[in-house]
Amino acid sequence: MEEWVMYLTVFVLSMFVGFEVITKVPPTLHTPLMSGSNAISGITIVGALISAGSGHSTLTTLLGFIALVFATINVVGGFLVTHRMLEMFKRK
Amino acid sequence: MEKVIVNLAYLLSASLFIFGLKGLSHPKTAVRGNLTASVGMLIAVLVTLLDKRIIDFSFIVAGLIVGALIGTILALKVEMTAMPQLVALFNGFGGGASALVAGSALMETHEPSIPFLLATVASGLIGAVTFSGSGVAFAKLQGLMKERPIRYSGEQIVKALVGLLGLGLGALIVLNPQSTFLYWILLAVGLVLGVLLTIAIGGADMPVVIALLNSYSGLAASATGFVLENNALIISGSLVGASGIILTNLMCKAMNRSLTNVLFGGFGEVKAQSDDIYEGKVKATTPEEVALLLEGARRVVIVPGYGMAVAQAQHAVRDLFNLLESKGIEVEFAIHPVAGRMPGHMNVLLAEVDIPYEKMKDLDEINPSFEQTDVVIVVGANDVVNPLAQTDPKSPIAGMPVLEVWKARTVVVIKRSLSPGFAGIPNPLFAMDNTLMLFADAKKALQEIVNALKES
Repeated sequence: MEEWVMYLTVFVLSMFVGFEVITKVPPTLHTPLMSGSNAISGITIVGALISAGSGHSTLTTLLGFIALVFATINVVGGFLVTHRMLEMFKRK
Repeated sequence: MEKVIVNLAYLLSASLFIFGLKGLSHPKTAVRGNLTASVGMLIAVLVTLLDKRIIDFSFIVAGLIVGALIGTILALKVEMTAMPQLVALFNGFGGGASALVAGSALMETHEPSIPFLLATVASGLIGAVTFSGSGVAFAKLQGLMKERPIRYSGEQIVKALVGLLGLGLGALIVLNPQSTFLYWILLAVGLVLGVLLTIAIGGADMPVVIALLNSYSGLAASATGFVLENNALIISGSLVGASGIILTNLMCKAMNRSLTNVLFGGFGEVKAQSDDIYEGKVKATTPEEVALLLEGARRVVIVPGYGMAVAQAQHAVRDLFNLLESKGIEVEFAIHPVAGRMPGHMNVLLAEVDIPYEKMKDLDEINPSFEQTDVVIVVGANDVVNPLAQTDPKSPIAGMPVLEVWKARTVVVIKRSLSPGFAGIPNPLFAMDNTLMLFADAKKALQEIVNALKES
Protein backbone atom coordinates (compact mmCIF):
# COMPACT_ATOMS: atom_id res chain seq x y z
CA MET A 1 0.00 0.00 0.00
CA GLU A 2 2.86 2.33 0.87
CA GLU A 3 4.14 2.58 -2.69
CA TRP A 4 0.69 3.65 -3.87
CA VAL A 5 0.78 6.59 -1.50
CA MET A 6 4.15 7.44 -3.06
CA TYR A 7 2.67 7.36 -6.55
CA LEU A 8 -0.22 9.50 -5.41
CA THR A 9 2.27 11.98 -3.94
CA VAL A 10 4.10 12.18 -7.24
CA PHE A 11 0.79 12.65 -9.05
CA VAL A 12 -0.41 15.49 -6.84
CA LEU A 13 2.95 17.29 -6.76
CA SER A 14 3.35 17.20 -10.54
CA MET A 15 -0.20 18.56 -10.86
CA PHE A 16 1.00 21.58 -8.89
CA VAL A 17 4.10 21.88 -11.08
CA GLY A 18 1.83 21.69 -14.12
CA PHE A 19 -0.41 24.50 -12.85
CA GLU A 20 2.62 26.70 -12.10
CA VAL A 21 4.32 26.17 -15.45
CA ILE A 22 1.27 26.30 -17.68
CA THR A 23 -0.35 29.38 -16.13
CA LYS A 24 2.61 31.31 -17.61
CA VAL A 25 1.87 30.28 -21.20
CA PRO A 26 0.42 33.31 -23.08
CA PRO A 27 -2.98 32.96 -24.85
CA THR A 28 -1.23 33.40 -28.21
CA LEU A 29 0.41 30.00 -27.73
CA HIS A 30 -2.60 28.10 -26.41
CA THR A 31 -3.09 26.01 -29.55
CA PRO A 32 0.57 24.85 -29.68
CA LEU A 33 0.34 24.27 -25.92
CA MET A 34 -2.56 21.89 -26.48
CA SER A 35 -0.96 19.98 -29.32
CA GLY A 36 2.40 19.89 -27.54
CA SER A 37 1.03 18.75 -24.19
CA ASN A 38 -1.06 16.26 -26.12
CA ALA A 39 2.11 14.77 -27.59
CA ILE A 40 3.49 14.50 -24.06
CA SER A 41 0.42 12.54 -22.97
CA GLY A 42 1.49 10.04 -25.62
CA ILE A 43 4.03 8.86 -22.99
CA THR A 44 1.65 5.92 -22.67
CA ILE A 45 3.72 4.64 -25.64
CA VAL A 46 6.11 3.28 -23.00
CA GLY A 47 3.47 0.84 -21.76
CA ALA A 48 2.39 0.00 -25.29
CA LEU A 49 5.96 -0.96 -26.27
CA ILE A 50 6.16 -3.51 -23.45
CA SER A 51 2.71 -4.97 -24.13
CA ALA A 52 3.46 -5.31 -27.83
CA GLY A 53 6.84 -6.94 -27.28
CA SER A 54 6.56 -9.10 -24.18
CA GLY A 55 4.70 -11.91 -25.99
CA HIS A 56 2.50 -12.64 -22.97
CA SER A 57 -0.41 -13.81 -25.10
CA THR A 58 -1.71 -13.20 -28.61
CA LEU A 59 -4.42 -10.94 -27.28
CA THR A 60 -2.14 -8.73 -25.18
CA THR A 61 0.33 -8.49 -28.07
CA LEU A 62 -2.48 -7.38 -30.37
CA LEU A 63 -3.75 -4.86 -27.83
CA GLY A 64 -0.20 -3.61 -27.34
CA PHE A 65 0.23 -3.27 -31.09
CA ILE A 66 -2.94 -1.21 -31.55
CA ALA A 67 -2.05 0.92 -28.53
CA LEU A 68 1.44 1.40 -29.96
CA VAL A 69 0.10 2.62 -33.30
CA PHE A 70 -2.29 5.04 -31.53
CA ALA A 71 0.38 6.34 -29.17
CA THR A 72 2.97 6.74 -31.93
CA ILE A 73 0.52 8.76 -34.06
CA ASN A 74 -0.10 10.91 -31.01
CA VAL A 75 3.58 11.42 -30.20
CA VAL A 76 5.05 11.87 -33.68
CA GLY A 77 2.11 13.82 -35.10
CA GLY A 78 1.78 15.94 -31.97
CA PHE A 79 5.39 17.08 -31.72
CA LEU A 80 5.64 17.62 -35.47
CA VAL A 81 2.53 19.73 -35.86
CA THR A 82 3.49 21.75 -32.78
CA HIS A 83 6.89 22.40 -34.34
CA ARG A 84 5.21 23.52 -37.56
CA MET A 85 3.04 26.01 -35.69
CA LEU A 86 5.79 27.36 -33.46
CA GLU A 87 8.07 27.98 -36.44
CA MET A 88 5.38 30.32 -37.78
CA PHE A 89 5.37 32.30 -34.55
CA LYS A 90 9.16 32.59 -34.64
CA ARG A 91 9.42 34.00 -38.14
CA LYS A 92 9.03 37.64 -37.11
CA MET B 1 20.60 -1.89 -10.66
CA GLU B 2 19.18 -1.90 -14.14
CA LYS B 3 15.81 -0.83 -12.80
CA VAL B 4 17.46 2.13 -11.10
CA ILE B 5 19.02 3.30 -14.35
CA VAL B 6 15.74 2.92 -16.22
CA ASN B 7 13.89 4.89 -13.58
CA LEU B 8 16.52 7.62 -13.58
CA ALA B 9 16.14 7.87 -17.36
CA TYR B 10 12.36 8.24 -16.93
CA LEU B 11 13.01 10.98 -14.37
CA LEU B 12 15.18 12.75 -16.95
CA SER B 13 12.36 12.46 -19.52
CA ALA B 14 9.83 13.91 -17.11
CA SER B 15 12.18 16.80 -16.30
CA LEU B 16 12.66 17.51 -19.99
CA PHE B 17 8.86 17.62 -20.41
CA ILE B 18 8.64 20.24 -17.68
CA PHE B 19 11.46 22.31 -19.24
CA GLY B 20 9.73 21.93 -22.59
CA LEU B 21 6.42 23.25 -21.29
CA LYS B 22 8.28 26.08 -19.57
CA GLY B 23 9.74 27.04 -22.95
CA LEU B 24 6.21 27.59 -24.24
CA SER B 25 5.88 30.68 -22.04
CA HIS B 26 7.32 32.82 -24.86
CA PRO B 27 7.15 32.53 -28.67
CA LYS B 28 10.94 32.99 -28.84
CA THR B 29 11.76 29.98 -26.65
CA ALA B 30 8.79 27.85 -27.69
CA VAL B 31 10.43 26.00 -30.59
CA ARG B 32 13.29 24.93 -28.37
CA GLY B 33 10.82 23.94 -25.66
CA ASN B 34 8.95 21.63 -27.99
CA LEU B 35 12.23 20.08 -29.16
CA THR B 36 13.30 19.58 -25.53
CA ALA B 37 10.07 17.74 -24.78
CA SER B 38 10.45 15.54 -27.86
CA VAL B 39 14.00 14.61 -26.78
CA GLY B 40 12.48 13.61 -23.43
CA MET B 41 10.06 11.35 -25.26
CA LEU B 42 12.84 9.81 -27.35
CA ILE B 43 14.83 8.99 -24.21
CA ALA B 44 11.77 7.34 -22.63
CA VAL B 45 11.18 5.20 -25.73
CA LEU B 46 14.83 4.16 -26.12
CA VAL B 47 15.18 3.19 -22.47
CA THR B 48 11.98 1.14 -22.66
CA LEU B 49 13.29 -0.75 -25.68
CA LEU B 50 16.15 -2.04 -23.47
CA ASP B 51 13.60 -3.64 -21.11
CA LYS B 52 14.27 -7.38 -20.67
CA ARG B 53 10.57 -8.24 -20.78
CA ILE B 54 10.59 -7.47 -24.50
CA ILE B 55 11.33 -10.70 -26.37
CA ASP B 56 9.99 -9.93 -29.83
CA PHE B 57 10.56 -6.68 -31.70
CA SER B 58 8.55 -7.42 -34.86
CA PHE B 59 5.28 -5.92 -33.64
CA ILE B 60 7.14 -3.03 -32.07
CA VAL B 61 8.91 -2.09 -35.27
CA ALA B 62 5.71 -2.48 -37.28
CA GLY B 63 3.69 -0.38 -34.81
CA LEU B 64 6.28 2.38 -34.67
CA ILE B 65 6.53 2.58 -38.46
CA VAL B 66 2.76 2.60 -39.06
CA GLY B 67 2.14 5.13 -36.29
CA ALA B 68 4.99 7.41 -37.30
CA LEU B 69 3.89 7.38 -40.93
CA ILE B 70 0.28 8.26 -40.14
CA GLY B 71 1.32 10.89 -37.59
CA THR B 72 3.79 12.53 -39.97
CA ILE B 73 1.35 12.67 -42.86
CA LEU B 74 -1.40 14.15 -40.69
CA ALA B 75 0.95 16.71 -39.14
CA LEU B 76 2.43 17.90 -42.43
CA LYS B 77 -0.76 17.90 -44.51
CA VAL B 78 -3.14 19.63 -42.13
CA GLU B 79 -4.36 23.14 -42.96
CA MET B 80 -3.95 25.58 -40.08
CA THR B 81 -7.70 26.21 -40.14
CA ALA B 82 -8.24 22.48 -39.44
CA MET B 83 -6.01 22.44 -36.36
CA PRO B 84 -8.88 21.98 -33.85
CA GLN B 85 -10.02 18.71 -35.41
CA LEU B 86 -6.46 17.41 -35.67
CA VAL B 87 -5.80 18.09 -32.00
CA ALA B 88 -9.11 16.38 -31.18
CA LEU B 89 -8.03 13.37 -33.20
CA PHE B 90 -4.63 13.14 -31.49
CA ASN B 91 -6.32 13.48 -28.08
CA GLY B 92 -8.53 10.54 -28.96
CA PHE B 93 -5.61 8.34 -29.99
CA GLY B 94 -3.79 9.14 -26.75
CA GLY B 95 -6.82 8.27 -24.63
CA GLY B 96 -7.47 5.10 -26.61
CA ALA B 97 -3.87 3.95 -26.25
CA SER B 98 -3.97 4.45 -22.47
CA ALA B 99 -7.17 2.41 -22.11
CA LEU B 100 -5.75 -0.47 -24.19
CA VAL B 101 -2.44 -0.53 -22.32
CA ALA B 102 -4.30 -0.69 -18.99
CA GLY B 103 -6.48 -3.54 -20.34
CA SER B 104 -3.45 -5.46 -21.50
CA ALA B 105 -1.81 -5.00 -18.09
CA LEU B 106 -4.96 -6.30 -16.40
CA MET B 107 -4.72 -9.53 -18.39
CA GLU B 108 -1.03 -9.96 -17.67
CA THR B 109 -1.37 -9.54 -13.90
CA HIS B 110 -2.27 -12.58 -11.79
CA GLU B 111 -3.10 -11.24 -8.39
CA PRO B 112 -3.90 -7.59 -8.89
CA SER B 113 -4.14 -5.33 -5.83
CA ILE B 114 -7.08 -3.02 -5.17
CA PRO B 115 -5.21 0.21 -6.12
CA PHE B 116 -4.05 -1.46 -9.35
CA LEU B 117 -7.64 -2.34 -10.20
CA LEU B 118 -8.95 1.11 -9.34
CA ALA B 119 -6.34 2.67 -11.60
CA THR B 120 -7.16 0.22 -14.39
CA VAL B 121 -10.85 1.06 -14.19
CA ALA B 122 -10.08 4.80 -14.20
CA SER B 123 -7.79 4.47 -17.20
CA GLY B 124 -10.32 2.36 -19.11
CA LEU B 125 -13.26 4.63 -18.46
CA ILE B 126 -11.47 7.96 -19.01
CA GLY B 127 -9.56 6.60 -22.00
CA ALA B 128 -12.70 5.29 -23.70
CA VAL B 129 -14.62 8.54 -23.08
CA THR B 130 -11.67 10.49 -24.51
CA PHE B 131 -11.48 8.23 -27.57
CA SER B 132 -15.13 8.38 -28.63
CA GLY B 133 -15.66 11.96 -27.41
CA SER B 134 -12.73 13.14 -29.50
CA GLY B 135 -14.08 11.15 -32.43
CA VAL B 136 -17.39 13.01 -32.26
CA ALA B 137 -15.60 16.36 -31.80
CA PHE B 138 -13.49 15.57 -34.86
CA ALA B 139 -16.57 14.66 -36.91
CA LYS B 140 -18.33 17.88 -35.92
CA LEU B 141 -15.33 20.12 -36.62
CA GLN B 142 -14.54 18.38 -39.89
CA GLY B 143 -18.14 18.85 -41.03
CA LEU B 144 -18.90 15.11 -41.14
CA MET B 145 -21.58 15.75 -38.53
CA LYS B 146 -23.86 18.74 -37.97
CA GLU B 147 -22.30 21.21 -35.54
CA ARG B 148 -25.62 21.92 -33.81
CA PRO B 149 -26.05 20.26 -30.42
CA ILE B 150 -28.13 17.07 -30.54
CA ARG B 151 -30.74 17.23 -27.81
CA TYR B 152 -33.57 14.91 -26.78
CA SER B 153 -35.93 14.65 -23.84
CA GLY B 154 -34.58 12.84 -20.79
CA GLU B 155 -31.08 13.47 -22.07
CA GLN B 156 -29.49 14.20 -18.68
CA ILE B 157 -31.09 11.08 -17.16
CA VAL B 158 -29.73 8.90 -19.95
CA LYS B 159 -26.23 10.31 -19.45
CA ALA B 160 -26.43 9.89 -15.68
CA LEU B 161 -27.58 6.27 -16.06
CA VAL B 162 -24.79 5.39 -18.49
CA GLY B 163 -22.28 7.09 -16.19
CA LEU B 164 -23.57 5.11 -13.21
CA LEU B 165 -23.45 1.92 -15.24
CA GLY B 166 -19.77 2.62 -15.94
CA LEU B 167 -19.02 3.18 -12.26
CA GLY B 168 -20.99 0.04 -11.30
CA LEU B 169 -19.02 -2.03 -13.80
CA GLY B 170 -15.85 -0.54 -12.40
CA ALA B 171 -16.79 -1.71 -8.91
CA LEU B 172 -17.59 -5.16 -10.30
CA ILE B 173 -14.14 -5.36 -11.91
CA VAL B 174 -12.44 -4.44 -8.64
CA LEU B 175 -14.38 -7.24 -6.90
CA ASN B 176 -13.91 -9.84 -9.70
CA PRO B 177 -10.53 -9.15 -11.28
CA GLN B 178 -10.47 -12.56 -12.95
CA SER B 179 -13.43 -11.75 -15.20
CA THR B 180 -11.45 -9.69 -17.67
CA PHE B 181 -14.36 -9.58 -20.12
CA LEU B 182 -15.95 -7.06 -17.77
CA TYR B 183 -13.19 -4.64 -18.76
CA TRP B 184 -14.29 -4.75 -22.39
CA ILE B 185 -17.87 -4.03 -21.38
CA LEU B 186 -16.51 -1.12 -19.34
CA LEU B 187 -14.74 0.21 -22.45
CA ALA B 188 -17.94 -0.12 -24.47
CA VAL B 189 -19.90 1.83 -21.84
CA GLY B 190 -17.13 4.47 -21.80
CA LEU B 191 -17.35 4.79 -25.58
CA VAL B 192 -21.13 5.30 -25.43
CA LEU B 193 -20.73 7.86 -22.65
CA GLY B 194 -18.13 9.80 -24.66
CA VAL B 195 -20.52 9.99 -27.61
CA LEU B 196 -23.50 11.04 -25.46
CA LEU B 197 -21.50 13.79 -23.77
CA THR B 198 -20.11 15.29 -26.96
CA ILE B 199 -23.08 15.17 -29.35
CA ALA B 200 -24.84 17.59 -27.00
CA ILE B 201 -22.13 20.23 -27.53
CA GLY B 202 -22.49 22.85 -30.26
CA GLY B 203 -19.80 24.33 -32.48
CA ALA B 204 -18.80 27.45 -30.55
CA ASP B 205 -18.56 25.50 -27.28
CA MET B 206 -15.95 23.25 -28.87
CA PRO B 207 -12.97 25.15 -27.34
CA VAL B 208 -14.15 24.04 -23.90
CA VAL B 209 -14.66 20.44 -24.94
CA ILE B 210 -11.33 20.12 -26.72
CA ALA B 211 -9.53 21.55 -23.69
CA LEU B 212 -11.43 19.13 -21.46
CA LEU B 213 -10.62 16.13 -23.66
CA ASN B 214 -6.99 17.28 -23.63
CA SER B 215 -7.11 17.10 -19.86
CA TYR B 216 -8.75 13.64 -19.97
CA SER B 217 -6.07 12.23 -22.26
CA GLY B 218 -3.50 13.33 -19.67
CA LEU B 219 -5.45 11.89 -16.77
CA ALA B 220 -5.87 8.58 -18.62
CA ALA B 221 -2.09 8.41 -19.15
CA SER B 222 -1.58 9.18 -15.48
CA ALA B 223 -3.98 6.41 -14.43
CA THR B 224 -2.11 4.01 -16.70
CA GLY B 225 1.05 5.15 -14.89
CA PHE B 226 -0.48 3.91 -11.62
CA VAL B 227 -1.33 0.61 -13.34
CA LEU B 228 2.22 0.12 -14.63
CA GLU B 229 3.77 1.67 -11.49
CA ASN B 230 5.66 4.03 -13.75
CA ASN B 231 6.45 7.55 -12.55
CA ALA B 232 7.17 8.87 -16.05
CA LEU B 233 3.54 8.25 -17.02
CA ILE B 234 2.18 9.60 -13.75
CA ILE B 235 4.15 12.84 -13.99
CA SER B 236 3.62 13.51 -17.70
CA GLY B 237 -0.04 12.61 -17.52
CA SER B 238 -0.69 14.93 -14.61
CA LEU B 239 1.14 17.80 -16.35
CA VAL B 240 -1.17 17.43 -19.34
CA GLY B 241 -4.16 16.98 -17.05
CA ALA B 242 -3.31 20.26 -15.33
CA SER B 243 -2.81 22.03 -18.65
CA GLY B 244 -6.22 20.91 -19.91
CA ILE B 245 -7.93 21.95 -16.69
CA ILE B 246 -6.37 25.43 -16.85
CA LEU B 247 -7.48 25.93 -20.46
CA THR B 248 -10.98 24.59 -19.75
CA ASN B 249 -11.27 27.08 -16.92
CA LEU B 250 -10.05 30.00 -19.03
CA MET B 251 -12.54 29.16 -21.78
CA CYS B 252 -15.44 28.94 -19.33
CA LYS B 253 -14.47 32.27 -17.77
CA ALA B 254 -14.28 33.86 -21.20
CA MET B 255 -17.93 32.91 -21.71
CA ASN B 256 -19.01 33.62 -18.12
CA ARG B 257 -20.46 30.12 -17.91
CA SER B 258 -19.78 27.22 -15.61
CA LEU B 259 -18.38 23.97 -16.96
CA THR B 260 -21.63 22.25 -15.96
CA ASN B 261 -23.57 24.77 -18.02
CA VAL B 262 -21.37 24.22 -21.08
CA LEU B 263 -21.58 20.43 -20.82
CA PHE B 264 -25.20 19.99 -19.82
CA GLY B 265 -26.96 23.32 -20.37
CA GLY B 266 -25.95 24.52 -23.77
CA PHE B 267 -27.05 27.21 -26.17
CA GLY B 268 -28.31 26.92 -29.60
CA GLU B 269 -32.02 26.34 -29.25
CA VAL B 270 -33.07 29.91 -28.56
CA LYS B 271 -35.14 31.45 -31.32
CA ALA B 272 -34.82 35.17 -30.89
CA GLN B 273 -36.89 37.93 -32.49
CA SER B 274 -34.47 40.16 -34.27
CA ASP B 275 -36.55 42.05 -36.82
CA ASP B 276 -37.52 44.92 -34.54
CA ILE B 277 -33.93 45.42 -33.41
CA TYR B 278 -32.60 45.79 -36.93
CA GLU B 279 -35.63 47.38 -38.63
CA GLY B 280 -34.55 50.41 -40.59
CA LYS B 281 -31.42 50.96 -38.56
CA VAL B 282 -28.88 48.81 -40.38
CA LYS B 283 -26.59 50.70 -42.75
CA ALA B 284 -24.95 48.72 -45.54
CA THR B 285 -21.65 49.85 -47.01
CA THR B 286 -19.33 49.05 -49.91
CA PRO B 287 -15.64 48.07 -50.06
CA GLU B 288 -14.87 51.46 -51.67
CA GLU B 289 -16.50 53.32 -48.81
CA VAL B 290 -14.55 51.26 -46.27
CA ALA B 291 -11.33 52.03 -48.17
CA LEU B 292 -12.08 55.76 -47.89
CA LEU B 293 -12.66 55.40 -44.16
CA LEU B 294 -9.37 53.56 -43.75
CA GLU B 295 -7.52 56.24 -45.74
CA GLY B 296 -8.40 58.78 -43.07
CA ALA B 297 -7.69 56.53 -40.09
CA ARG B 298 -4.74 56.60 -37.77
CA ARG B 299 -5.51 53.52 -35.74
CA VAL B 300 -7.33 50.38 -36.94
CA VAL B 301 -8.23 47.26 -34.98
CA ILE B 302 -9.17 44.00 -36.71
CA VAL B 303 -11.36 41.50 -34.84
CA PRO B 304 -11.11 37.99 -36.32
CA GLY B 305 -13.64 35.25 -35.56
CA TYR B 306 -14.45 31.72 -36.68
CA GLY B 307 -15.86 33.18 -39.91
CA MET B 308 -12.33 34.17 -40.92
CA ALA B 309 -11.24 30.54 -40.63
CA VAL B 310 -14.26 29.27 -42.56
CA ALA B 311 -13.69 31.76 -45.40
CA GLN B 312 -9.90 31.08 -45.33
CA ALA B 313 -9.61 34.86 -45.23
CA GLN B 314 -6.38 35.10 -43.22
CA HIS B 315 -4.25 35.82 -46.31
CA ALA B 316 -6.56 38.66 -47.33
CA VAL B 317 -6.36 39.98 -43.75
CA ARG B 318 -2.58 39.95 -44.04
CA ASP B 319 -2.66 41.91 -47.30
CA LEU B 320 -4.85 44.56 -45.71
CA PHE B 321 -2.61 44.66 -42.65
CA ASN B 322 0.54 45.18 -44.73
CA LEU B 323 -1.06 47.85 -46.88
CA LEU B 324 -2.33 49.83 -43.89
CA GLU B 325 1.01 49.57 -42.09
CA SER B 326 2.81 50.83 -45.19
CA LYS B 327 0.55 53.88 -45.10
CA GLY B 328 1.67 54.56 -41.54
CA ILE B 329 -1.62 53.45 -39.96
CA GLU B 330 -1.34 51.60 -36.63
CA VAL B 331 -3.02 48.19 -36.87
CA GLU B 332 -3.69 45.71 -34.06
CA PHE B 333 -5.69 42.49 -33.73
CA ALA B 334 -8.23 41.96 -30.95
CA ILE B 335 -8.53 38.27 -30.10
CA HIS B 336 -11.26 36.99 -27.81
CA PRO B 337 -10.27 33.84 -25.88
CA VAL B 338 -13.14 31.81 -27.37
CA ALA B 339 -12.87 33.12 -30.94
CA GLY B 340 -12.57 30.10 -33.21
CA ARG B 341 -12.93 26.47 -32.30
CA MET B 342 -10.05 25.96 -29.89
CA PRO B 343 -7.97 28.10 -27.52
CA GLY B 344 -5.52 30.20 -29.54
CA HIS B 345 -7.05 29.19 -32.90
CA MET B 346 -7.03 32.76 -34.34
CA ASN B 347 -3.45 33.38 -33.22
CA VAL B 348 -2.24 30.36 -35.18
CA LEU B 349 -4.05 31.49 -38.33
CA LEU B 350 -2.54 34.98 -38.05
CA ALA B 351 0.92 33.57 -37.34
CA GLU B 352 0.54 31.44 -40.45
CA VAL B 353 0.36 34.62 -42.55
CA ASP B 354 3.29 36.28 -40.73
CA ILE B 355 1.41 38.71 -38.50
CA PRO B 356 3.88 39.50 -35.67
CA TYR B 357 2.63 38.12 -32.35
CA GLU B 358 3.12 41.53 -30.70
CA LYS B 359 0.16 42.71 -32.79
CA MET B 360 -2.21 40.11 -31.33
CA LYS B 361 -3.86 41.55 -28.24
CA ASP B 362 -6.17 39.76 -25.87
CA LEU B 363 -9.38 41.08 -24.38
CA ASP B 364 -8.06 42.96 -21.33
CA GLU B 365 -5.24 44.52 -23.29
CA ILE B 366 -7.26 45.82 -26.22
CA ASN B 367 -10.55 46.90 -24.60
CA PRO B 368 -9.26 50.20 -23.13
CA SER B 369 -7.89 51.19 -26.56
CA PHE B 370 -11.12 51.11 -28.57
CA GLU B 371 -11.97 54.70 -27.63
CA GLN B 372 -8.81 55.86 -29.41
CA THR B 373 -9.49 53.66 -32.44
CA ASP B 374 -10.77 55.17 -35.68
CA VAL B 375 -11.95 52.03 -37.46
CA VAL B 376 -12.68 48.53 -36.18
CA ILE B 377 -13.08 45.77 -38.77
CA VAL B 378 -14.96 42.71 -37.51
CA VAL B 379 -14.21 39.67 -39.69
CA GLY B 380 -16.52 36.75 -39.01
CA ALA B 381 -17.05 37.35 -35.29
CA ASN B 382 -20.47 37.86 -33.72
CA ASP B 383 -21.23 36.88 -30.12
CA VAL B 384 -17.84 38.11 -28.84
CA VAL B 385 -18.68 41.68 -29.97
CA ASN B 386 -22.30 41.69 -28.75
CA PRO B 387 -23.10 44.59 -26.38
CA LEU B 388 -26.08 42.65 -24.97
CA ALA B 389 -23.58 40.81 -22.77
CA GLN B 390 -23.22 44.07 -20.82
CA THR B 391 -26.68 45.59 -21.18
CA ASP B 392 -29.21 42.75 -20.96
CA PRO B 393 -28.99 40.71 -17.75
CA LYS B 394 -31.53 38.22 -19.16
CA SER B 395 -29.48 37.48 -22.27
CA PRO B 396 -27.93 34.00 -22.52
CA ILE B 397 -24.54 35.69 -22.86
CA ALA B 398 -25.10 38.14 -19.97
CA GLY B 399 -21.85 38.87 -18.14
CA MET B 400 -19.66 37.33 -20.82
CA PRO B 401 -16.56 39.50 -21.30
CA VAL B 402 -16.83 41.00 -24.80
CA LEU B 403 -14.70 43.17 -27.07
CA GLU B 404 -16.12 46.70 -26.71
CA VAL B 405 -15.72 47.55 -30.38
CA TRP B 406 -18.67 49.98 -30.37
CA LYS B 407 -16.51 52.50 -28.48
CA ALA B 408 -14.46 53.07 -31.64
CA ARG B 409 -15.35 55.90 -34.02
CA THR B 410 -16.59 53.54 -36.75
CA VAL B 411 -17.19 49.78 -36.77
CA VAL B 412 -17.23 47.85 -40.04
CA VAL B 413 -18.75 44.37 -39.75
CA ILE B 414 -17.99 42.01 -42.63
CA LYS B 415 -20.69 39.36 -42.61
CA ARG B 416 -22.81 37.50 -45.14
CA SER B 417 -26.15 38.36 -43.51
CA LEU B 418 -27.74 39.47 -40.26
CA SER B 419 -28.08 35.86 -39.08
CA PRO B 420 -27.36 35.35 -35.37
CA GLY B 421 -24.17 33.79 -34.05
CA PHE B 422 -23.88 30.59 -32.05
CA ALA B 423 -25.76 31.98 -29.04
CA GLY B 424 -28.79 32.40 -31.30
CA ILE B 425 -29.43 36.00 -30.28
CA PRO B 426 -29.52 39.22 -32.32
CA ASN B 427 -26.60 41.63 -32.09
CA PRO B 428 -27.58 45.31 -31.50
CA LEU B 429 -24.07 46.28 -32.62
CA PHE B 430 -25.23 45.81 -36.23
CA ALA B 431 -27.86 48.53 -35.77
CA MET B 432 -25.71 51.09 -33.95
CA ASP B 433 -25.18 54.56 -35.40
CA ASN B 434 -21.45 54.10 -35.86
CA THR B 435 -21.72 50.61 -37.40
CA LEU B 436 -21.53 49.88 -41.11
CA MET B 437 -22.39 46.41 -42.44
CA LEU B 438 -20.45 45.03 -45.38
CA PHE B 439 -22.56 42.09 -46.54
CA ALA B 440 -20.15 39.77 -48.36
CA ASP B 441 -17.87 36.78 -48.14
CA ALA B 442 -15.02 37.80 -45.83
CA LYS B 443 -12.20 36.91 -48.20
CA LYS B 444 -13.74 38.61 -51.21
CA ALA B 445 -14.70 41.72 -49.25
CA LEU B 446 -11.21 42.14 -47.83
CA GLN B 447 -9.62 41.72 -51.25
CA GLU B 448 -11.93 44.37 -52.66
CA ILE B 449 -11.05 46.77 -49.85
CA VAL B 450 -7.35 46.17 -50.55
CA ASN B 451 -7.86 46.81 -54.28
CA ALA B 452 -9.82 49.98 -53.61
CA LEU B 453 -7.10 51.21 -51.27
CA LYS B 454 -4.41 50.54 -53.85
CA GLU B 455 -6.28 52.47 -56.55
CA SER B 456 -6.86 55.55 -54.45
